[in-house]
Amino acid sequence: MSGRETVLNAIRRGLRRGPLPADQAMLLRARLEAHPRQLIPARSRVPHADQIALFIANVEREFGTVARVPGDATVPEAVATYLAAQNLPSEIAIAPHPELQAMPWAERPLLRLREGRAQASDAVSVTHAFAAIAETGTLMLPSAPERPTTLNLLPDTTIVVLKTDRVVGAYEEAWDLLRTERDGMPRNVMLVTGPSRSADIEQALELGAHGPRRLHVVLVEDAAP
Amino acid sequence: MHVATSPEFKRNASRALADASLQKALANSRPQFMARRGRAVAALPEFEALRDAARDIKNHTLANLDFYLEAWESKVTAAGGKVHWCPTAEDARAAVLRICQAADARTVTKGKSMIGEEIAINDHLERHGITPVETDLGEYIIQLRHELPSHIIAPAFHLNREDWEDQFRKSHTDLPADRVFHERRDILTEARAKLRERFLAADVGITGANFLIAETGSSVIVTNEGNGDLTQTLPRVHIVLASIEKMVPTLEDCCSLLRVLARSATGQEFSVYTTFSTGARRSGDLDGPGAYHVVVLDNGRSAMLGSEFQEMLRCIRCAACMNHCPVYGAVGGHAYGWVYPGPMGSVLTPALIGVDQAGVLPNASTFCGKCESVCPVKIPLPSLMRHWREREFERHLTPAAARWGLGVWGFVARRPALYRLMTRAAAFTLGWLGRKRGRFTSLPLASGWTAGRDLPAPEGDTFFARYAKAQRRAQA
Repeated sequence: MSGRETVLNAIRRGLRRGPLPADQAMLLRARLEAHPRQLIPARSRVPHADQIALFIANVEREFGTVARVPGDATVPEAVATYLAAQNLPSEIAIAPHPELQAMPWAERPLLRLREGRAQASDAVSVTHAFAAIAETGTLMLPSAPERPTTLNLLPDTTIVVLKTDRVVGAYEEAWDLLRTERDGMPRNVMLVTGPSRSADIEQALELGAHGPRRLHVVLVEDAAP
Repeated sequence: MHVATSPEFKRNASRALADASLQKALANSRPQFMARRGRAVAALPEFEALRDAARDIKNHTLANLDFYLEAWESKVTAAGGKVHWCPTAEDARAAVLRICQAADARTVTKGKSMIGEEIAINDHLERHGITPVETDLGEYIIQLRHELPSHIIAPAFHLNREDWEDQFRKSHTDLPADRVFHERRDILTEARAKLRERFLAADVGITGANFLIAETGSSVIVTNEGNGDLTQTLPRVHIVLASIEKMVPTLEDCCSLLRVLARSATGQEFSVYTTFSTGARRSGDLDGPGAYHVVVLDNGRSAMLGSEFQEMLRCIRCAACMNHCPVYGAVGGHAYGWVYPGPMGSVLTPALIGVDQAGVLPNASTFCGKCESVCPVKIPLPSLMRHWREREFERHLTPAAARWGLGVWGFVARRPALYRLMTRAAAFTLGWLGRKRGRFTSLPLASGWTAGRDLPAPEGDTFFARYAKAQRRAQA
């Protein structure tokens, strides 16, 4: 008997039944397809402006930083300002995302951009958030050719560009956006809440364990009509 | 498999109580965990209702576990991954080794995995010439010290800062021996630099799984350091070690469990990295592993289904039970003698390695009930420990003296008049003998108690007598 059959048979023996009858299996399949929501905490059931405020407050509480900018055109400036203020180098590994590519980086000639995945030597990355969750100040970063996973992990500083209309209340809303806009589950979906940290030494919190020491969100307002 | 020292719990506990360094670490860490959880729970009004939801989701999944495992497997396969079904720890070790050898792996990085500890995968890989490198900071030092973790989410719970500095000087011999660690950050920075080289050089990355999701075929890891993500993103092959009860039906169900997990574990609202992995690198992707394998382990869990221990399979490994347990707080995790310590370990360990090996663990409890009251999936841990005590008694594993004592007590307790007579006589005699000092430092037949503490002398009459007197007074 294969390992698969051994395990499944042992489970059924424990549950004192054979394989599920067809009608019950159908109900379970329907539940998987409907993926009903469970209890969602009330804190994120607020108007969108308040969700944005909640998101910012939560990012900052988790030791991230947020800069609000009026539109796409001001993102390169915001990135340059942040790097200068933190005394960080101006070489950037940047996600090959169309929205990022459309931004006027040429206006900031001191910033040197390299598109693609992160290399071990990269100090700073800029990537693009698919969505953000106000409930806990969490960024949703699904993998895609235009959003390499290593940019979220290898550099010391990660800058994430996020549009305000992509801020939702609860995790469930972000999953629904992903289901609607992406064809199936991406290979990797990271939910990121603040910069990397560890409390393994005497339970004292230290930032910058293996991932980025700094997480900076550039929050771009919806283009006003 | 690790040789369990669980049968020697009493000896282990005595040593732990006399270990000043361990006691210092326990005194430092435990209150912090409890306070953090308390604050996180207080900040979420729906927390109690979420515990009920979490329990119900797990119960539903366990009742249909075969269905969800099959549904999950078909999604994993569709995403280009492969599932390896492993009835035993030996099967799981063999499966991991096969995958590593097929990939010509020389070094393997590892994210924290309790299943990895349960099947002792590191020893197995080393025996076959493959170097495993633990990358979670706590697991890393445990590996350098050739120890087992003493806690399921904070493996180095038992260590103090001095221990870290000593070990790093011993192990990182390429660095100047007289370097100074000014603060904890310096220890972290050194480990980060050392492990960065390892991440980049590894051929295979092995992680655990906090959840498996039937709807999408995903495995989920939850970390704060980012080591798990580097482990599964950089190497050519990603292996997930999971056990069958990690299953949840949908992303929504998973969210409900995640809402109680971090709050119960570290007292965070959400962990820094909660990552969902589904299959191998897709066409056009610039990074990610070329192959994705899930080793799914039974190892005694299916036998818990339908038994009085089924509820234990709801456990999501948050460690709240051990963080709040007075026994764990007194002796630490190593005294329990195997992979899983604390109240959850006292229930799970006998099921996985046998009540003959671990029957003493369910006795290491004051039955204060704190573990059950903080469990995010409401596992009735004290009742389950009581079931193990019954099994231990039925199988005549209890020491003869204890059986004899329980027999005598049972005989007397079934005869109320005799019971009252004897307790009155004992209370009177002990009260009279101890009337000067008010306590006993030694007593015949009670050395098990008086060896570690004094026994207070009874003051006045028995409870029954006092109660009767109070009733009469109230009626008068």
